[in-house]
Amino acid sequence: MLDNIKSTGKKATRDGFGAGIDAISAENDQVVVLTADLAGSLKIQNFIDNYPERYFQIGIAEANMMGIAAGLANGGKIPYTTTFANFSTGRVYDQIRQSIAYSHKNVKICASHAGLTLGEDGATHQILEDLGMMRMLPGMTVINPCDYHQTKAAAIAIAHHDGPVYLRFGRPSWPMFTEDMPFEIGKALHMAEGTDISIFATGHMVWQAVEAAKELAKEGISVDLVNIHTIKPLDEEAILASVKKTGCAVSCEEHNRMGGLGDAIAQVLTGNHPVPQEFVAVNDSFGESGTPAELLDKYGLSVADVVKAAKRALARK
Amino acid sequence: MANIAELKSIASQVRRDIVRQVADAQSGHPGGSLGCADLLVALYFETMKHDTSFSMSGDQEDMFYLSNGHISPVWYSVLARSGYFPVKELATFRQLNTRLQGHPTTHEGLPGVRTASGSLGQGLSVAIGAALAKKLNNDPQLVFCLMGDGEQEEGQVWEAVMFAPHNKVDNLIAIVDRNNQQIDGSLDEVLDIGDLGEKYAAFGWEVLRMDGNNMEEVVATLAKAKSLTGKGKPIFIDMKTEMGKGVDYMEGTHKWHGKAPDAELTAKAMAQLEETLGDY
Ligand SMILES: Cc1ncc(C[n+]2csc(CCOP(=O)(O)OP(=O)(O)O)c2C)c(N)n1
Ligand SMILES: [Mg+2]
Repeated sequence: MLDNIKSTGKKATRDGFGAGIDAISAENDQVVVLTADLAGSLKIQNFIDNYPERYFQIGIAEANMMGIAAGLANGGKIPYTTTFANFSTGRVYDQIRQSIAYSHKNVKICASHAGLTLGEDGATHQILEDLGMMRMLPGMTVINPCDYHQTKAAAIAIAHHDGPVYLRFGRPSWPMFTEDMPFEIGKALHMAEGTDISIFATGHMVWQAVEAAKELAKEGISVDLVNIHTIKPLDEEAILASVKKTGCAVSCEEHNRMGGLGDAIAQVLTGNHPVPQEFVAVNDSFGESGTPAELLDKYGLSVADVVKAAKRALARK
Repeated sequence: MANIAELKSIASQVRRDIVRQVADAQSGHPGGSLGCADLLVALYFETMKHDTSFSMSGDQEDMFYLSNGHISPVWYSVLARSGYFPVKELATFRQLNTRLQGHPTTHEGLPGVRTASGSLGQGLSVAIGAALAKKLNNDPQLVFCLMGDGEQEEGQVWEAVMFAPHNKVDNLIAIVDRNNQQIDGSLDEVLDIGDLGEKYAAFGWEVLRMDGNNMEEVVATLAKAKSLTGKGKPIFIDMKTEMGKGVDYMEGTHKWHGKAPDAELTAKAMAQLEETLGDY
């Protein structure tokens, strides 16, 4: 099963988002798209050309964008807001909290350039706290897809989901490997069957985990690989089924080790089936400028880091 | 033409409701509520086309968004008195398990409320979104939004003020309660916002001014504002009011922005406000 996971080329997850917008906007005329001067970065040019009346250029005013989206939702629209992850969350947390989450508005907060892998722009733009902030909002669905295809599928699926959603994706070209795999909000994707260790990964880190699992296989270590694209609601059943087989876990995310996927999984494990867990995540720090690969290396998110974490977890069994 | 005497008599009862809600809860915001009583009565009993059976989408209705959510007592009273929910529910204001939360919310399903407010500065953006949705839906009705003048100090307000004229959101009437008071003092002392009408006009809004405590003028100005919609510009009304209007010891001071009167002062207020529709 692991051997069947192959990259068919590279494209950015944000390109998958743009493709998803093209598909869902053709199918559902209630979909409207807002941006805060980042239409190019979020790959929505086709939408703008095809449906100018359903497109709202807000200007560099993210707070206003969140409020306008909430108001559009009141009129039955399905608003997608688009900007970078930092400006989609930390910049407008209170607007999301009051006008969207607490007010139950059907707004899709679509956030590109999340995490370290946006690269050279540096820490001002590299948000590593967004999953935590969004997870804590009651009623918010939080999705972090792993490649072009899954991001496209997620961008389509969220229109069919009634309620606020945070959809997080990224800037760099990244291996594509989930074409024709199913995508269902809240349902983890079981990517490889294994018996020695569970690896739970989200976003770009799923590919790192695939590569790590292949390395580990060479040493005779069998990895149960689970792609957790939906961080909230978390597929607790899939997580528990996996650790009951393997007896230890590694979580992998392009996020601060606090507040993200690892914390969410730890909560499930401690409450139901405690097993050793190791975290592959940024260790409570800001990022910096560099290439995506250099940054993943420096901040402990490389394939080798996943392999090491897996061995630590195994040793603690 | 409205029966001004009738509207004034409703406003008197609404002012009683405001003081009684705040006094019962021993918390809440009477000052701004009293100042805006005439406006909200005019909107709900005269100006707006609205349906008390209430739908969240407000399709084919005029909608009202309260951005300065702390003046919930006046809105709750007007909603109840116009039939959105039983008047006796006003007795639950700010109590555990109430739909009449300290600041308005949709969370408990109170009819009439379409967004939570309380964190200042957000309502105009939401109102703009609702107005844009009306345009997409070919719904000819209007969106009204009330804000505080201290609230104008929030940056998000100006993002919205800039957006609406550029995008010809001309089915929108924004009103600011220009009582010149906020929590820590007068706006002159805290942070002066100057001539708001001039500022909104500079951004491209159609600007009207009115005395918000003169019912004839309120009704006439709102009618004028409606007549100016659909002409490419959003409408702004710079509404001068007196904070605490109708209760002499609360008038014209920031001290009653968010304070409840004790039993003695409540009785004093009641003596100044005629019971016209029956207390709840
Ligand atoms: C974002 C935000 N900051 C601070 C507050 C606390 N606060 C509540 S009302 C108020 C003053 C508002 O002044 P104004 O808009 O003039 O209302 P008025 O006092 O006239 O009713 C403040 C600072 C708040 N509710 N929201
Ligand atoms: Mg004021």
